[in-house]
Amino acid sequence: MMTTVTVGLGSCGIAAGAHKTFEKIKALKEKENLAFELHKTSCIGMCYREPLVEIRDETGTYLYGDVSEDRAVEVIEKHINQNDPIRDYIVYTDLFDADENDFIESQVKIVLRNCGYMDPESISDYEERHGYTAMKKIVMDKISREDIIKTILDSGLRGRGGGGFSTGMKWKFANANKSEQKYVICNADEGDPGAFMDRSVLEGDPHSVLEGMIIAAYAIEATGGVIYCRAEYPLAIKRLNIAISQAHEKGYLGKDIFGIRGWDFDIYIKEGAGAFVCGEETALIASIEGERGMPRKRPPFPAASGLWKKPTNINNVETYANVPWIILNGAPAYAKYGTEKSKGTKVFALAGKIRRSGLVEVPMGMTIRDVIFKLGGGIKNNKRFKAVQLGGPSGGCIPEYLSDTIVDYDSVNATGAIMGSGGMVVMDETTCMVDVAKFFLDFTRKESCGKCTFCRMGTMRMLEILERITNAQGREGDIEKLEELAYQIKDNSLCGLGQTAPNPVLTTIKYFRDEYEAHIFHKKCPARVCRPLLTYTVDQEKCTGCLVCLKNCPSKAITGERKKPHFISQELCTKCGVCFSKCKFESIVLT
Amino acid sequence: MRITRLNPKKTENAEELVDLRLLEPLIEKNKGKKGNLIPLLQGAQDLFGFIPRPVFEKISAECGIPLSDMFGVATFYAQFRLKPVGRHIIKVCHGTACHVQNAKEITEAIEEMLKVKDGETTEDRFYTLESVACLGCCSLAPVMMIGDQTYGKLTGNEAVKIIKNIKLAESN
Repeated sequence: MMTTVTVGLGSCGIAAGAHKTFEKIKALKEKENLAFELHKTSCIGMCYREPLVEIRDETGTYLYGDVSEDRAVEVIEKHINQNDPIRDYIVYTDLFDADENDFIESQVKIVLRNCGYMDPESISDYEERHGYTAMKKIVMDKISREDIIKTILDSGLRGRGGGGFSTGMKWKFANANKSEQKYVICNADEGDPGAFMDRSVLEGDPHSVLEGMIIAAYAIEATGGVIYCRAEYPLAIKRLNIAISQAHEKGYLGKDIFGIRGWDFDIYIKEGAGAFVCGEETALIASIEGERGMPRKRPPFPAASGLWKKPTNINNVETYANVPWIILNGAPAYAKYGTEKSKGTKVFALAGKIRRSGLVEVPMGMTIRDVIFKLGGGIKNNKRFKAVQLGGPSGGCIPEYLSDTIVDYDSVNATGAIMGSGGMVVMDETTCMVDVAKFFLDFTRKESCGKCTFCRMGTMRMLEILERITNAQGREGDIEKLEELAYQIKDNSLCGLGQTAPNPVLTTIKYFRDEYEAHIFHKKCPARVCRPLLTYTVDQEKCTGCLVCLKNCPSKAITGERKKPHFISQELCTKCGVCFSKCKFESIVLT
Repeated sequence: MRITRLNPKKTENAEELVDLRLLEPLIEKNKGKKGNLIPLLQGAQDLFGFIPRPVFEKISAECGIPLSDMFGVATFYAQFRLKPVGRHIIKVCHGTACHVQNAKEITEAIEEMLKVKDGETTEDRFYTLESVACLGCCSLAPVMMIGDQTYGKLTGNEAVKIIKNIKLAESN
């Protein structure tokens, strides 16, 4: 066989310099006329070792990590020219136990089945990996609409955008509402900060999303499709556009598709304009219609009256990517994974203070601890694991002692967090939970559309209280006030944004009340994050007397002479933190 | 709500620079289509970098969309700018992963260096500093993006150095 060299060119790979690595290898290949095929692929999930280069020869598969331009030269020289793989740089291989083997091997890849294994800009690569076979099977075997919907129902697939509503039920409702025109919409407005699952799927395997949408369109007799994608994902949009035009050429989109006379179906991309609330389905529809993205009352649900008041089915990227696999392999194969009420797998984006940050797909029912320690490799810099944030601004923080909670919709909900779309941000002892709550509330306050008073004003009032607490001005009763406001916002908001906005505050109060109390009553921030609650002093032993902090101090609170330890006047110190960030000798102590 | 953005002051200065004829193909393409307002505004912003008042007026007159509707939509979405921007937009990520890994330090270091606040443009219109919610490169946190280039695993000093280098490279 011909040796292949594949470079991962997802957004994270490119940010880590994968383009340069690719160009370097290409130049080497051309210059020395080397005998291998050079391919591109997208993210394989191992974002923490980017840029990644995979070499496949007759002996096996070798994945090299952290391949800078220099390393690329070295790898090509040794592995290709001298047939001598460099063991130290190999992160994964099927031949021996490399650093990251357990990262790959503990996963079950259904949604990510093609990500990192094919060129996302090639429809033939997708077809070689059973792409569009599911839709062809439906046509060949004349599977009825009802049977497709039944398969999806039986698979137990639930909406992966965070709501967790049964996908089969949604399709059933949309199918039951008869209309000349119907729509399918793919929600790719992944606005949740700290989550990048959908981006990776769109960049790595856009055709699987298209195929999922085509199957949904067939099942509910839809005439038009829209992908509502964040404008912040330019690469995903580019690859989707390529995929759509390829599908047109093949007769998978357009007129009389898949050889079915009279079945016209097309998909276009609608770029979002930057509003988190547009992830809510009725707001998303308003945005496609060119309005302000404000949610409206349900019912009527989109399945009855959605885009342009026609029956509409909305699912997110990950949900659609599951569909072709389920049709091909059958509902029981999918339902084999997972727990009683949450079937299949879930993709998580691991980020924060974790060793291996990246994308993983695990069967439902795995414990959070296993995801973080087995797959994620534990906490960075040997710090102590404190909590994990699930579900973004609508979710909550799950403390370390509850990390044996399993990932399924109901178990996660029981902790007060939500499964959400799959962002998992890991926090260690240096993360202040009050600060995290403030961060999320600041986000939802900005993103509230303003329709409901409780969401619009309530989040603002809650943020003011949190700012007061982190500013050393917390008062007795603040925690209770926060809780009272939180429940009022939850009860009096129309859409999911408002109903869940207080979750980050409620869960941190529930599990980390002592931290709130330390801020309010003792004016201390145990994690040493909230500056106004810290005291800055100079470690007299470590200080070299370099004068850097003294020169940079804006309030002239630091005194001292060259080569003699400095001193900070607590009366003059404004706690701005400049000395701490400027000191090269770690001699500014925070207490 | 982004109440801070509801204050459209000082857009007048830049208006004389706008060539409204550039809008014609865009209006031609979108006129009369349903749901055209957002694509019109996105297209206009691509042309001018921001949306000046005369652009609103021209689109309103030619497409028959009330100015109030247009302004309502433009101020609702974070993407639309009513003020001119610098040649380079520095987007500092403040997503969750970046936040817990000290993205604040990056913004503060840049603010200090450029002498602007978050959301403002330098006097020479070279840089605009912006905070964004999430760039989706969480594994490289903290991250900033300038043009199409993403810079990861930053410290305040490194961010400042990168920004200085861009200006140096262009002034040579």
